[in-house]
Parts: sequence; structure tokens; C-alpha cells
Amino acid sequence: MTVKIEARNLVKIYGDNTGKALELFNQGYTRSEIQKETGLTLGVAGANFEVEEGEIFVLIGLSGSGKSTLLRLINALIMPTSGSLLVEGQAIEKMTEKELRRLRGERISMVFQHFAILPNRTIIDNVSFGMEIRGVVKEERQKRAEKALETVGLGEWRNAMPNQLSGGMKQRVGLARALVMDADILLMDEPFGALDALIRAEMQEELINLQREIKKTVVFVTHDLDEALRLGDKIAIMRDGAIEQIGTADEILAEPANEYVENFLTGIDVSKILDASSVSKWPRELVRETESVSVALHRMKKADSDYLFVLGPRRKLVGYITRDDILPLSKKREKSFADVIRKADTIPADTIMRDIYPALRQADRALAVVDEKERFLGIITHNTLVDTLDERKGGDGIAEL
Amino acid sequence: MALLNFDLPKLPLGDAIEWFVRWLVANLSVIFDGIRDGLNFITGLLRDGMLAIEPVILILIFGLIIWLLTSKLTALLGIVGLGLIWNIGLWPQLISTLVLVVVAVIIALIIGIPIGVLMTRSSKLEAAMRPVLDFMQTMPPFVYLIPAVMLFGIGIVPGLFATIIFAIPPPVRLTYLGITQVPEDMKEMAVAFGANDRQVLRKVELPLSLPSIMAGVNQCIMLGISMVVIAAMIGAGGLGGEVMRSVNRLDLALGFESGLAIVIMAIILDRVSRNIGSGKEPPLSRIIQYIKKRRLQKKEQQASSA
Repeated sequence: MTVKIEARNLVKIYGDNTGKALELFNQGYTRSEIQKETGLTLGVAGANFEVEEGEIFVLIGLSGSGKSTLLRLINALIMPTSGSLLVEGQAIEKMTEKELRRLRGERISMVFQHFAILPNRTIIDNVSFGMEIRGVVKEERQKRAEKALETVGLGEWRNAMPNQLSGGMKQRVGLARALVMDADILLMDEPFGALDALIRAEMQEELINLQREIKKTVVFVTHDLDEALRLGDKIAIMRDGAIEQIGTADEILAEPANEYVENFLTGIDVSKILDASSVSKWPRELVRETESVSVALHRMKKADSDYLFVLGPRRKLVGYITRDDILPLSKKREKSFADVIRKADTIPADTIMRDIYPALRQADRALAVVDEKERFLGIITHNTLVDTLDERKGGDGIAEL
Repeated sequence: MALLNFDLPKLPLGDAIEWFVRWLVANLSVIFDGIRDGLNFITGLLRDGMLAIEPVILILIFGLIIWLLTSKLTALLGIVGLGLIWNIGLWPQLISTLVLVVVAVIIALIIGIPIGVLMTRSSKLEAAMRPVLDFMQTMPPFVYLIPAVMLFGIGIVPGLFATIIFAIPPPVRLTYLGITQVPEDMKEMAVAFGANDRQVLRKVELPLSLPSIMAGVNQCIMLGISMVVIAAMIGAGGLGGEVMRSVNRLDLALGFESGLAIVIMAIILDRVSRNIGSGKEPPLSRIIQYIKKRRLQKKEQQASSA
């Protein structure tokens, strides 16, 4: 196996006049101390790693842990403050601007979290973008882009515009745009982070299958532990700019290097700090006590729901009504639904996560979150709970812990 | 009180500017004469060329252009409006005003858009340009007429000069605004695929900021038109000249007619320039797409038969 990418004592400090900050770092000051002293942010704090040809190397950590910075150092979108980064044995910090452009255009391609698909171009022209920059002639561009689109299963869509595509499809376009460059190294910056859980799993599966054929060297950034364990041949866990541990999934799970890693693996401890108000969502539609049956029916239709919460003055929760209850009223041409309002299952705003589950299980429909004055704050359904957990897992929520 | 009583000499601010312009006139008159002759020639050529065409035919040509860039209804109303101007006998004045506005706007854009782009590249230039742009936009436009006359004499060229100065700020500002609002990850994407600064500008920043730039073009045209009457004070003629004359003579009939003609021209130019780059699909872009599609189909037929 040959080493494709190698980082030696890589340091990145954001800002001008990094000299003093670097000195402090070398003397062993921590990130927050450096921040306090100099006002500069330590992005990457002395990273060492090797990525071998054909493997998927996953960088994982909370937001702000420096994983995206580290990724951007590899194709020199960001220049290191000190240390060395070698791509195929060549140090990027010593390259000229022209050499760097060739490195980016020919040896490394990148996939972005928010797709970065140009809205003014057709799908095929988006896929051709990199080749266009490189100066490939149009005929060949077209041919190769079509092939790449076939690979990601979007052959039919080549003349569509990006706004006609779903998020998952857009990221396929992003992937095709990177693959078509025929570069050995693929950088992926939380590529599936903006997709919903189902599509994400599907895309992960596809990436694994694709990787079997194309055997690229992939550096993959994520904050989703499941994703890291699933995809990574090697996983690096980052914290405050430093790499805490590098190893295969088994190695890391079996022998966490320190307490932080251990907590990171097991302690998806969001349940401790999230309360009912922070996971609740505002429902698509509501109805006021004083409104009529037909309005309520209309809202249900709009929200595609068979029930609505009913609010009184000052957002006070009155209860909820169901479609089955008010349909007969509507047939009888009655205006008021006051008689069929049911008592809603409520939960106080400061209920912690682990007490929400049982309450949710017992609830007929959604749980209404209310404050101490019985004012309505939002709803929790089983779906909102899953979504929130998914978002928070490794996200900002536990950064303070 | 004695402290406040001393004589503070007046700063010779105005004198300095006057000295500077006089110095320009005395020393660089060759350049300004050249510019004047060149612009006189171009505007004269355009005006005479358009006046040589039968008005009815020209109105129909304008109607066709409006239709291609906007819609059937706008084109129809445009034709009616232009026909009205012709009918009340202000056609030659309209043409010379149109030439003045169009030439001024083109020059303002040629200067303004690159400045807007450069401002996104250099924060120093941006900081330096901001007060200059504020100055240009808030200085009463009449004031521009004085140096314009000193530099270029009387006629259409000083009118052009004053109009250009007055109309430059919006394209500069809106180009700058449009480009700075291009999402960071789009630019990063282009760089990550090996683009140099020029390619980022051409393939990402300019296309994505087109709506904003076109809003600048639209504003530029509108300001240009509003300058038309003022420029007439120094002999730029056209519809503005008619307005001036009607004011001097208290001729309400002429004043109303020439004013209305300016309004009609302004509305037409506004609708046309607003539609470009707004994301709407005027007939022209539909025609272009149709041709592209046909060509693509032909190619695919050839490919499948081969």
C-alpha cells in the first residue's frame, strides 16, 4: 500500500499575525487559552495521519472540532500555518499557485455539504464544470459527463435544471461532478449531512458499492457516528483541532484511547440536556377556539393531518379536535366545534428527554408542549423526536458538556 | 468671546476645484477635444442613421425588439406609445434623447461594472470608492454641468458627460453587491475544481450575480433618463430641450407633450431592462432554447444513425 496523503504536525491558526499564537501553541497552550491571549482561533492543532491508497478515511468530531478545516488543508483551499501536508509525496505548502490549481483540478476532487450546484446551469453542465475549468473540449466533456451521470443513476436528468432535483439527487450530481474528473483522491465534506435519514442510508450504501469499483482514496468528513463506523476503513476522532484517536472501527470501539473518545462513542448524551421545549416543533396548522368547523377542516386538509390543536386567547391550549369528530358537524352545517374538543396530552416545557419517550408512547396523538401558564409552545410527535436526535447527535447540543 | 472673534480665513475649496478644472482645460484640451469629437461623431451617426429610417418602420423594429425581450402586450403598448410620440411631432427629439441615454448608459456600464468587480477584489478600493459613490449620487446633478461645459463646451457631449457621472453609481454598487452575495460555497467549489480568479469570476460570480447587475443596469438607465432634462440646459437638445423651451415660454401644451414622451420612453426602457436577467423567459430566450433543443435532437439522431 502506498501512502497517498500524509500530515505531519499540521497546524492551522485562523487570522493574521499568527506568529505569537503559534508560539503559544508550541509551548503547549490550549485552544481556549490561545483564543483568550491572541484572539485567534486554532483550527487544526498538530495533526498527524496517513491515508493509504484506496481507503476511506473518516474524520469525525463535533462541529468546530476542525474536521472541515483539516479536509480543506488537503487541497489547499486553506494553507497550513505550520507543519507539512504531503499529497502523493509532494508538500502542498511549497507549491506555487499554478501547481496548486493543477493539484485541485487533476488529482483531488471534492463533494460539498450543501452540494454547491450552480443554479444557472443544467445538470450536465454542472457535471462538466471541472472539465470546463481544466479546458477539456466540449465533445469530450459531454461524453464523460453523460457517463458519470449514468454511474450515479441520473442519466435521464442531464438537461434538467438543479431546482427540479431533490436534495439526494443534487448530491448525486455533486458526486458525478467529482468522479468525472478522474482524480485519485476524493474529499467529501459531510456530503450526506443535509439529506434526510432514509436518503442518507441509501447514499451511504451506494458510496460503498461505488467504492468497490472505483477504489478512490476518500477522505470523508462527518459528525454522524453511524456513518463513520459504516464507511470508514480508518476513522480519526477529532476534538478542538486535535486528533484524539485514529484506527479502524473495531480498534476504536474495542479500545478507546481516552475518556473523551469513550464518551464520544457511547455518550450520545443528548437526552440529558435536551428538554421538551427544545425538541418541539410548531405544528403546520392550528385552529382557534372561535373559528368554525369549515375552517378547521380546511386547515386539516392543508396540513395533511386528521387532527388539530385548538388554542384559546393568549395561546392557551384548549385541547384538540379530530376529523372524525367534526365531519358529522360539518354535514349538519354546524359552525362551532366546541362540544367535540378533546383533552390533549400535554407535557411541561422543561421535561427532560428521557421522560418524553414514555409520555409520547401513551399519547393518543402528538404531545403538546406547554409552559407553566398552560400556553402552547409546540408539539412533539415520534417523528420530531427522531429527527431531533439525528440532528443533535454529535452536533452543537453536546459541545458544552 | 474674544477667543471666537479672530478671523478664520475661508478655505479655498471651490477655488481649488476651479483651478484644477481650468488646468485640465488648459493642458489636456487635446484629450478632451478628442473625446468630444469622437462622441459627437458616434452620437451623430446613430441619430442620423435612425432618423434616416422611416419612423413607422423604426417603430415596428422597436416593437419587435421589445417583444423579443419582454412580451406581446408590452410590445403592443410600446408601439402605441412610440406612435403617439411620432404623431405629436416629437420623433426627432425622441431619437436624439434615446441616443443620448443609450450611449451614456453603455459608457457608464463599461466603466461601472468593472469598478464594481474590482471593489470585490480589493477592500481598500471598496473603502475608497464608497465615499466617492456617495458624493456622486448626492451632489446635485446641476453642478456637474459646470465642469462639463468647461471641458467639452456646449452640446450633446457635455450632456453625455454629466449623465454618465450621474448614472454610474448604481451599476457599481449593484455589481459589487451581487458578487459579494454569491454563496461562499459556490466560489469554494470553483476553486476546489482548480479555477483561477478569472474563472471564478466568469463562471460563477458573474452568472450568479446577473439579476443584481441587471438591476444596476435598470437603475442606470432610469437615472440617465432623469438627467435628460437637466442636460438640456447645456444644449443637449432632444426631448429635454423641448421641456426647457416649454418652461421658458410657459407653453403648457408643449411641456405636457414632451414630458409625456419622456415618460413613455422611460417606461419602455424600464420594462425591457428589467426583464433581462430577471429569470423570466421572454420570447428571445425561448427561441434560443428551441434552437438549442433542435440542434441537440439532430445530434442525437446523427449519433443513433451512425
